[in-house]
Amino acid sequence: MLNTNDILETIRMISDEHLDVRTVTMGISLLDCADPDGKQACEKIYRKITEKARDLVRTAEEISSAYGMPIVNKRISVTPIAMLLASAPDADPVWYAKTLDAAAKAVGVNFIGGYSALVHKGFSAGDERLIRSIPEALASTEFVCSSVNVGSTKSGINMDAVRMMGPVVREAAERTRDAMCAGAAKLVVFCNAPEDNPFMAGAFHGPGEPDCVIHVGVSGPGAVRAALAQLPRDASLDAVAELIKRTAFKITRMGQLVGQLASQKLGVPFGIVDLSLAPTPAPGDSVANILEEIGLESCGCCGTTAALAMLNDAVKKGGVMASNHVGGLSGAFIPVSEDDGMIRAVEKGSLSIEKLEAMTAVCSVGIDMVVIPGDTSAAVISALIADEAAIGMVNSKTTAVRVIPAIGCKEGDVLDFGGLLGYAPILPVSAFSPSVFVARGGRIPAPLQALKN
Amino acid sequence: MEAVITVVGQDKVGILAAVCTVCAGANVNVEEVTQRILRNTFAMIMLVDLSRASIDFTAFAEALRQKGEELGVDIRCTRQEMYDAMHRI
Repeated sequence: MLNTNDILETIRMISDEHLDVRTVTMGISLLDCADPDGKQACEKIYRKITEKARDLVRTAEEISSAYGMPIVNKRISVTPIAMLLASAPDADPVWYAKTLDAAAKAVGVNFIGGYSALVHKGFSAGDERLIRSIPEALASTEFVCSSVNVGSTKSGINMDAVRMMGPVVREAAERTRDAMCAGAAKLVVFCNAPEDNPFMAGAFHGPGEPDCVIHVGVSGPGAVRAALAQLPRDASLDAVAELIKRTAFKITRMGQLVGQLASQKLGVPFGIVDLSLAPTPAPGDSVANILEEIGLESCGCCGTTAALAMLNDAVKKGGVMASNHVGGLSGAFIPVSEDDGMIRAVEKGSLSIEKLEAMTAVCSVGIDMVVIPGDTSAAVISALIADEAAIGMVNSKTTAVRVIPAIGCKEGDVLDFGGLLGYAPILPVSAFSPSVFVARGGRIPAPLQALKN
Repeated sequence: MEAVITVVGQDKVGILAAVCTVCAGANVNVEEVTQRILRNTFAMIMLVDLSRASIDFTAFAEALRQKGEELGVDIRCTRQEMYDAMHRI
């Protein structure tokens, strides 16, 4: 018989501490759907997605019911659409977005990622067309998510792409100004984007992936925070790190089990578990609250970066032994609008965009779900992207920018996206102009860290 | 197939009988029962065998959940592998 305390601990983690599997994401390669005739390509795409993912939602719900583990999201990631556009020079990229949206609706998933381009070293056929179409694609679809990889440690930063992305982010917000500018919430600009990320909005199915694969993203900030609350306030940071590790192990084992089951039932290879602490707007299910439990008065105060670095590392150490293949973003997410503690920290004035930028050097991704003033210029957004990409490039880690310019709003206003995307007040950004720097374009050379061979 | 039924809530007369009645009605054999009071909360854990169950797992778990609602306690039924995965290396 199992230990009573262990069983009750699991039940408490699920019922009181919001433990769940955040996403089961099916990665589907669309390379075999490329066609010079865009309409034909879209038909092939729709057919392939609806066939491969036909049983995804039902299977995930069956597992959730049998194992008592909530699986919050079922999602799909696909081959970057720019790769398919390359062979269809006359096709309208937005057709592809609408096809992805229709396929997502048909199979019942709540997001589909992969309206993407990988341009870290330069543009190939299809890339620029896709990037320019992103605002329209996001405004005319419901479930499609988009991402663009503008830099990598190996290749440097494509500043021509960075220059393009500032206006694209602004326009994505402008075109959806009646819907809380939510277009920009579905657009991520990456450096070192992983090819197997199950989390939205940045998920895409990289060209090195198999034809079809299942990835799992775990969650559990609430469970980590609750475990830490039991520690005495004078326990050393060694004890704090150890407890985070142990909790992360349990959370990840559950994700590993769900992934294996989904893979078996769907007859699709199991890809990776993304060892992430993904917060939600629910009170207590917050990465900021974990940092505060460790001993900070409010997230964003001095000490935040050090505490986050320890948290991020302990999550990985605990999770890596619990899973046979680890991938994706893996670490602690800090999406402001999706984290109750971060929202409060912004409201209190303890968390600034500059502090968030420092935190991105040690967390899993980057400046995520941050609402910025609606009059922030495209050049400032581009420069913010360049700063984040530089942190990722130099530290050989993934970084990203997902900011939402609050078009037509004034200071003190709040954008409320609803659901897991949450809400956030506007965070001020330095308005001094980087426009000459951004306008230069070209490529920032790869750093010495790239020369590892 | 083995599963673990957990009952957590305020102790009262008849909880064990009610859960066992649901199990018997579904031809589910109760193999082990432990119960304890933790900080004024009643916690009962049952290991059950569903290999000859007359209804499918989801329906059985739902019947237990509804019984829990009637009794004012939280009843969950979960495949045992979940706990093995989380707590055993």
